[in-house]
Amino acid sequence: MLWEVFVRARGGLHHAHVGSIHASDAELAMENARDVFTRRGEAASLWVVPSTAIVASDPADADVLFEPAMDKEFRHPTYYEVPDGVTNL
Amino acid sequence: MEAGELLERFEAFVASEGKIESDSWMPDAYRKTLVRQISQHAHSEIIGMQPEGNWLTRAPSLRRKAILLAKVQDEAGHGLYLYAAAETLGTSRDEMVDALLDGTAKYSSIFNYPTPTWADIGAIGWLVDGAAIMNQVPLCRCSYGPYARAMKRVCKEESFHQRQGFDILVTLCRGSDAQRAMAQDALDRWWWPSLMMFGPHDGDSPHSATSMRWRIKRFSNDELRQRFVDVTVPQAHFLGLRIPDDELVYDDTTGHWKFGEPDWDEFQRVLAGDGPCNAERIERRTRAHVDGAWVREAAEAYAAKHVAAPAA
Amino acid sequence: MSRTSELPSVEAVADGCLLLSHRLTEWVGDAPTMEEDVALGNIALDLLGQARGLLSHLGDEDQLAYFRDADDFRNPAICAAPNGDFARTMLRQLFADCWLEVVWAAWSQHADDVVRGVAAKAVKENAYHRRHSRSWVVRLGDGTEESRRRLLFALEELWPLTADLALPGWREAVTDVLVEATIPVPAAVEGDDEAIAACDEARRELLAEMQSLARAHPGATW
Repeated sequence: MLWEVFVRARGGLHHAHVGSIHASDAELAMENARDVFTRRGEAASLWVVPSTAIVASDPADADVLFEPAMDKEFRHPTYYEVPDGVTNL
Repeated sequence: MEAGELLERFEAFVASEGKIESDSWMPDAYRKTLVRQISQHAHSEIIGMQPEGNWLTRAPSLRRKAILLAKVQDEAGHGLYLYAAAETLGTSRDEMVDALLDGTAKYSSIFNYPTPTWADIGAIGWLVDGAAIMNQVPLCRCSYGPYARAMKRVCKEESFHQRQGFDILVTLCRGSDAQRAMAQDALDRWWWPSLMMFGPHDGDSPHSATSMRWRIKRFSNDELRQRFVDVTVPQAHFLGLRIPDDELVYDDTTGHWKFGEPDWDEFQRVLAGDGPCNAERIERRTRAHVDGAWVREAAEAYAAKHVAAPAA
Repeated sequence: MSRTSELPSVEAVADGCLLLSHRLTEWVGDAPTMEEDVALGNIALDLLGQARGLLSHLGDEDQLAYFRDADDFRNPAICAAPNGDFARTMLRQLFADCWLEVVWAAWSQHADDVVRGVAAKAVKENAYHRRHSRSWVVRLGDGTEESRRRLLFALEELWPLTADLALPGWREAVTDVLVEATIPVPAAVEGDDEAIAACDEARRELLAEMQSLARAHPGATW
C-alpha cells in the first residue's frame, strides 16, 4: 500500500510533505521512509500516513472554497494607512 | 466546459508557467507523455544500478567502495522518487514495473553498455551523470509539479555523482601508465554513447515540439548536446585524455566546439534491444523481481494478520 | 552452547563488519523490494564505516582489507556466510546485530579512545540495524508458509555458526525476536566444524573477488 511521507527538517518547523512510499504496514513504512527520504540528515521527525487517509479538496471546488477569501483585503495589515508620525502600530 | 476550451485554458496556464498537480485537469496526451517519460526515467535509475553495482564488490579501496555504495543506493532512491511521481498520474508502480520487464517500456540505452574496468565507474559518473544532469536540471522547472519536485530532489542528491566520477578519473590519470590507459579506454567507449543520451537530432524527434509547448521540456536535444560537449571537452583536456572524435574542433566565431556525428544506427540498434547488455539487464531485474515475490507476499500476509497495526 | 563470555578482539569486530557489509552490498540492486535496496545499502554503509574506523586504527585500512590473506582474517565465521535467500540474510544479520549490540555497548567504555569513539557512534547505527532485521525476521516467520519454511531452513543452517557470537545477553536478544516470529528457539549447540570450514572457504572466495583489482595494481593509488 501507498503511504505519504512528511518530514520535519528540524525542531521548530512544520512537517512537510516530501513524497510517498510503498510498504505493507506502518512499521515498514516508517523504516522505508527513513531509509529513502533521510539519507542526508534531512529529518528531525517523520510522519507516514496511509495515502487513502488523506481527504483532499476537490479541484472543481477551488473557486467556491478559496475565492471568497480573495477580496477581504481588510484582513491584512497592509490594507490600512498609518498616518505619518504614528509609530509602533 | 468543452474539451477544446479546457485544452486552451490548460495550454495558456502552462505557457504562463502555471504548475499542474495530480488533481488538475490535463489532456490525456500530457498524462500519457508524462507517465511514459517519468517511468522511463525511473526504470533508468533502477537498471542503472547494474553497470555500477558490478564494481561494488571489487572497488579498489574502502573509501571508493563507500562512495560507490552511496551512489548506487541513491539511484534506487531516485527510482523510488520518480515512480512515486508517476503514480500520482494514476498508473501503479506494479504496472510500470511489469511494462519494464515485458519490454514495452524503455529505459536509457546508455545502461546497455558494459563496465569491464574500474575506469568505467569514473566515466559513468563524469559523462553519463554529467549528461543526465544536463538533461535533468531543466526538468526541475517542468510544468508537472510532482515531477518537478522529484527532480529537484534528484538533482540535489546527484550533484556528488558527477564529481566522484571525475575524481576517479583524476586519480587514474595521475597514476600509473596502466591506470591512464584504463581511463583513456573508458573515455573511448563512453564518449559517443553519452552524446546519444540527448536523443536524436531535433528534426528527428517528433514529440519534442509538444513537450516544449507543455513546458515538460525546456531545451532541444541538440542544444543540450552542444552544451554538454562545450563543458566536457575542457575537462577531458584537464585530464590529459583524448576525446575519440577527429572532427572535434573549437569554433572561434561561435564559441562552441564542433563535433562529429554519433553513429545513429548504433543508437537505433541499442534502443531496439540489440545492445551489448540489453538482455542481461532485463533478465537480472526480472530475476530480482521474481525471486523477491515470496518476501513481498510474506510482508503482505503478516500485515493482513496484524491488521490493526497500520491504524494503531 | 559454548558460551563465549570474552569480548572479541578489535580485529575480529573490524573484519566481521567489513565482511557483513560486503555481503549486504551483494544485495544492492537485487533486493526483494526497491525500498530494501536502499535499506540494505544504508546498513552496508554503516558497517563499512565501523570497519574502517577500526581498521584504520589497527593500521592502513586498505592494506589490511586488500592485501591481507584470507586465513589472517579474524571475523566470526557467520559474517562470511554466503547470503543465500533473503530469509538467511536477515537471520544472519539479526544474529550479527545482536552480537554487535553487546560489543558496542561494552566498548562504549573501552580504554582506547578510538575504539570508544567508533562504538559510541555504532551503538545508534546498530540499534537501527537490529530493528530492521527484527522487522523482517518477524514478518518472514509469521508471514506465509513459504517464508516460514525458508526462515526455519536458514535457522537450521546458521544456528551452528553462532557459537562465537554468544556473548552474555546475545541469546536472550535473539530469543525475543524468534519468539515474536513464532519460531521455536533451538537448543544450545556446539559449533559445527564443517559449517565453519564452509564459511572459511566462502571468505576466501569473497576476498578473491574483493581484492582482485587492488592486487592487480600493487602500489597504485585509487
